[in-house]
Amino acid sequence: MSDVEKRQDRSPVPSSFDYAPAPEARDLVRLEPRYGLFVGGEWVEPRSGEYETSISPATEEPLAEFAYAGEEDIDLAVTTAREAFENGWSDLAPSERSKYLYRIARLLQERSREFAVLESLDGGKPIKESRDVDLPLAAAHFFYYAGWADKLEYAFPNRNPRPLGVAAQVIPWNFPLLMLSWKIAPALATGNTVVLKPAETTPLSALLFCDVLRQAGLPPGVVNLVTGDGRAGAALVKHPDVDKVAFTGSTEVGKEIQRAVAGTGKKLTLELGGKAANVIFDDAALDQAVEGVINGIYFNQGHVCCAGSRLLVQESIQEQLLAKLKRRMGTLRVGDPLDKNTDVGAINSKEQLEKIQELVASGEQEGAEIYQPPCVLPEKGWFFPPTVFTSVAQSYRIAQEEIFGPVLSVLTFRTPDEAVEKANNTAYGLSAGVWTEKGSRILSMAQRLRAGVVWANTFNRFDPASPFGGYRESGFGREGGLHGLEPYLRFDE
Amino acid sequence: MSRLPVSKTYKLYVDGKFPRSESGRTYEVEGANVARASRKDLRDSVRAARKALPGWAGLTAYNRGQVLYRVAEMLEGRRAEFTELVGDEAEVTAAVDRWIWYAGWADKLAQVLGASNPVAGPYFNFTIPEPVGVVGLVAPEESPLDGLVARLAPAIVGGNTAVVLASERRPLAAVTLAEVLATSDVPGGVVNVLTGRKEELSPVLAGHMDVNALDLVGADGDRTELERLAADNVKRVIRSGEGQSPWHAAAFLEMKTVWHPIGV
Repeated sequence: MSDVEKRQDRSPVPSSFDYAPAPEARDLVRLEPRYGLFVGGEWVEPRSGEYETSISPATEEPLAEFAYAGEEDIDLAVTTAREAFENGWSDLAPSERSKYLYRIARLLQERSREFAVLESLDGGKPIKESRDVDLPLAAAHFFYYAGWADKLEYAFPNRNPRPLGVAAQVIPWNFPLLMLSWKIAPALATGNTVVLKPAETTPLSALLFCDVLRQAGLPPGVVNLVTGDGRAGAALVKHPDVDKVAFTGSTEVGKEIQRAVAGTGKKLTLELGGKAANVIFDDAALDQAVEGVINGIYFNQGHVCCAGSRLLVQESIQEQLLAKLKRRMGTLRVGDPLDKNTDVGAINSKEQLEKIQELVASGEQEGAEIYQPPCVLPEKGWFFPPTVFTSVAQSYRIAQEEIFGPVLSVLTFRTPDEAVEKANNTAYGLSAGVWTEKGSRILSMAQRLRAGVVWANTFNRFDPASPFGGYRESGFGREGGLHGLEPYLRFDE
Repeated sequence: MSRLPVSKTYKLYVDGKFPRSESGRTYEVEGANVARASRKDLRDSVRAARKALPGWAGLTAYNRGQVLYRVAEMLEGRRAEFTELVGDEAEVTAAVDRWIWYAGWADKLAQVLGASNPVAGPYFNFTIPEPVGVVGLVAPEESPLDGLVARLAPAIVGGNTAVVLASERRPLAAVTLAEVLATSDVPGGVVNVLTGRKEELSPVLAGHMDVNALDLVGADGDRTELERLAADNVKRVIRSGEGQSPWHAAAFLEMKTVWHPIGV
């Protein structure tokens, strides 16, 4: 046996590249067995007496119990926020308000790995996303708005900006801590107090955030956190002593909220669903575009309101692009969210998994062709493989409805006009993507796509300095940037 | 011998034309038989406004500013007529000056309302205002000329088109303003003016699925039901806006943010 043969004998060339498990340590996170409501800087038992258990979607193991707030609990939280607004917070020097927000930003940075692990544990998103996207952005959001707190008159010259009062905020389960920061940071920077309700499948990072507030020494009652389901959210937005309602979630619930606050004079912002078109022209840098498509729809299991869920590809490159896309899909690793190699984690809840399955079944029934790369899903927990549909007609449900899962629908076009027509053929208007190497075409498409955010030769980028929000039935108001301050202020006429 | 004056027939203003109501209805007000628009007239107006949108929104801001300035010129030339209609010369003056003020904003809104955003990465990122689309506008009952102009000018300066429900008790100024618009290079369909019963028309306007924003600043009474109907397609509802301000125009605009990587 030659030396070479001996080496080969000892370590045969692997038939495919496999990764050894690389789990992130879980012991950073210490959960209480049970959480009450965070009202007036203290943990209080819910008067409703109700609790539910938050479950890890990847393993179905129970993580901790949390309270289900009732109407009385909501009333207490709003009253507490009102008192905190009247007795101190609204009179506090803006520069001092600013420093509290800087403290929160720093504390989140210091404890970011702990939060990242908890976020993946409770929500099912891959640790590399919660570690590299959710947490850095959440901290950055507080840092960004901290700086605005004492500069509002420069943002709104001649308008005498003043806080509204009590902000009622209801957030979704796809980016629990990041959405919390999108809501709380601008509300506090502008001098409001807050009652926030996290989603019922992902309350834990918000509950841990209350410990950051303790460490920051934020005055009691300035931020109150109530957990529960849609009933708690409804009671919160309907509470008569709330001045501001901010909601991120489905268009269906958004419309209910808009109806509920009709005639009350409450200032409202809605960040709702989407069905974004990702438009690829024949001159695009295809490998980059494929990365953008993958990121656009499989990032966070497709649980993204601005996900690029409709791929519009120019007919002449369809075959080439789909071949590249399918090859790339084959390299996505689906599995344990806490594994550092995982690309696609767990579907957030059983209910959401069933919704995805139902819509995927409708796509097959209506006549679209389905492709899923071979992949082994964990036996426990809720998972769904990366999926792409081709031969999709615009009328199919998978081309019209928000799936909120790792499911891409591919449509084709021949001319830029047709691309615009198809891209805008939706009631939504949150985001859109365009891929082309031609500068004038980028700007023309950016102008014609009816969406609040247009990513050109990139997708799913977020930044606290960048305003985000929808056209049409994707909601109104902007979060992020200078424009994200306005929804939390009142002005002189 | 005294001359018998020729009196005017007050009709609707839809798609750049002056039709009677398709319903054939009128109501007597301010000494005239004024068209009483139907639901169908309203739907036709929305269709006209939608059709006119790409052209109006697609003009350069400079061009839109010139058209609005032209409105002021035409209005100025008919001061006497309007003064007689509204009974208050100061109101007419205010309306003329308001068109000029907003005309000047057309090519400045994006600079005041937009932004370049310093994101933490190699991206060029900017935010620009764009028209929200078709605006439904319930004009105030009082101040029949300037009250309407104060809401209409900020609605269209940024590129939106509008369907106006004129003052019900004092509609003549609105119809005569439509004549001014029709002779001012404002393309047909950009502004559509309906006269009639607000109680009948407002809910149809508020619930119309192809109207993008609803201006209720001039709406009297309880607006709860109108606001509720507006939620059917997540309309932007504008509830307050005294005086004049670029922020009134901003209320009818969407902010679009565009990202592009910076690289070699």
